[in-house]
Amino acid sequence: MRKSSIYLLYVAANVIILCLVFIHAAYMRGAATDMLTEKSEMVKRFELTDLCLFTDARYARHLSMADMNSAFQDMPMAFEHFPSGSIMLPPPHIKRAHGTY
Amino acid sequence: MGRIEAQRNILDFTLSSLLRRKGKNSALVIVYTLVVFLLASVMFFTHSIRKEASLVLRDAPEIVVQKLVAGRQDLIPLDYIDKIKDIKGVSSIKGRLWGYYFDAAIGANYTLMVPPDAQISQGSVEIGDGISKSRQVYQGDLLTLRAYNGEAMLYQIERIFSAESALVSADLILMDENDFRNLFQFPVGQVTDLTLKVRNPREMTTIAQKISEILPGTRPIIRDEILRTYDSIFNWRAGILIVILFVAVLCFIIFAWDKASGLSAEERREIGILKAIGWETSDVILMKFWEGLVVSLSSFLLGIVLAYLHVFFTSSILFEPVLKGWSVLYPEFKLVPFIDAYQVATLFFLTVMPYAVATIVPAWRAATVDPDSVMRA
Repeated sequence: MRKSSIYLLYVAANVIILCLVFIHAAYMRGAATDMLTEKSEMVKRFELTDLCLFTDARYARHLSMADMNSAFQDMPMAFEHFPSGSIMLPPPHIKRAHGTY
Repeated sequence: MGRIEAQRNILDFTLSSLLRRKGKNSALVIVYTLVVFLLASVMFFTHSIRKEASLVLRDAPEIVVQKLVAGRQDLIPLDYIDKIKDIKGVSSIKGRLWGYYFDAAIGANYTLMVPPDAQISQGSVEIGDGISKSRQVYQGDLLTLRAYNGEAMLYQIERIFSAESALVSADLILMDENDFRNLFQFPVGQVTDLTLKVRNPREMTTIAQKISEILPGTRPIIRDEILRTYDSIFNWRAGILIVILFVAVLCFIIFAWDKASGLSAEERREIGILKAIGWETSDVILMKFWEGLVVSLSSFLLGIVLAYLHVFFTSSILFEPVLKGWSVLYPEFKLVPFIDAYQVATLFFLTVMPYAVATIVPAWRAATVDPDSVMRA
């Protein structure tokens, strides 16, 4: 078999896999509707404000409820005590006059 | 048909040429694939988590009012409700009781909360899947928490939230108001913060401003701000993400520099021979374009597919040490794959095109010189 045929087959196989990835993603999004509704219902029912992404520090657990005195007080890119503080930014409203109106 | 055959002949020759320098080109493809994999993984992960946050948090409280004392959040007196409820546009207002509990037994932090409509009987709790797994306690078991007066409190576990809802509930404990107040010795007449519902969502900002005027020591947080917080989370400017981006950009600069700084003596001799046996300059440029495309397209397709498997099949296992940080209790990031053609196209133009173009310039320079002088050099 010609080398170009082997390469084109490789590209075609990858493109087909990429298409399957999109089909899988669409299927998973459809299948996740109930799960997303369940989470959304919990947020509404229990009046939750934040996602449970990190639990090492209170300002990381409830990022949108944080105040400027707990985290990011030196500057947003300052070395953080907790590793989670180095992969997220302070909430935009905190940066605006410490969240006051 | 003839044109396609000509292109295939050039592609055949290009592949043979690449295989002659097998070691160097294999290393290039591996590094290139890793860079695409890393960028695609970050893009898929951050986009999916932002999208999920926007869907899940769209029903978050419309306005949360916190009290600040000396710059820090403090408990808010319930009589603030009377001062806020008369603001035009406020349809309801109530106190929210929540806080943190550090479990010394496993070194984890929990979020304790009283559900707003008193759905839990005294002495019972509903807990998140993360707590259940960490403490090895299940429905019907007793959960022991140490109260702030030193007393050990026992609660019957009524329900465990599903593992699928861990992104909002992994560390959550719901309990009755009296249990909450007893556990934390929480003062009567005070709550953690207030939540408001408004008649017209477009008036949220105006109402927040009015609250600040009436009660200057408070801080209102509107729902749009909560949503914007998660829209900017894992932004490329945040710590480690900028490091990853910097590494990726550096890799591409090295690739491009390697190509743009000229061809090796062997490659120049090859071009000289090709021109001597009758190849046109355009054929040589086409061959180099194919060379760039073969390397970049192969790496791109493989990198994208591997990134998808990494993020959505292994729950971003390679990012886990960073995401866990110092958390003892953390959710498994089983994300819904919110990927679209726009993300793939962005990655394509960021990774494939610059490389394919960078290979053409030196090839054009080499292809336009006299073949005799190239072969003699």
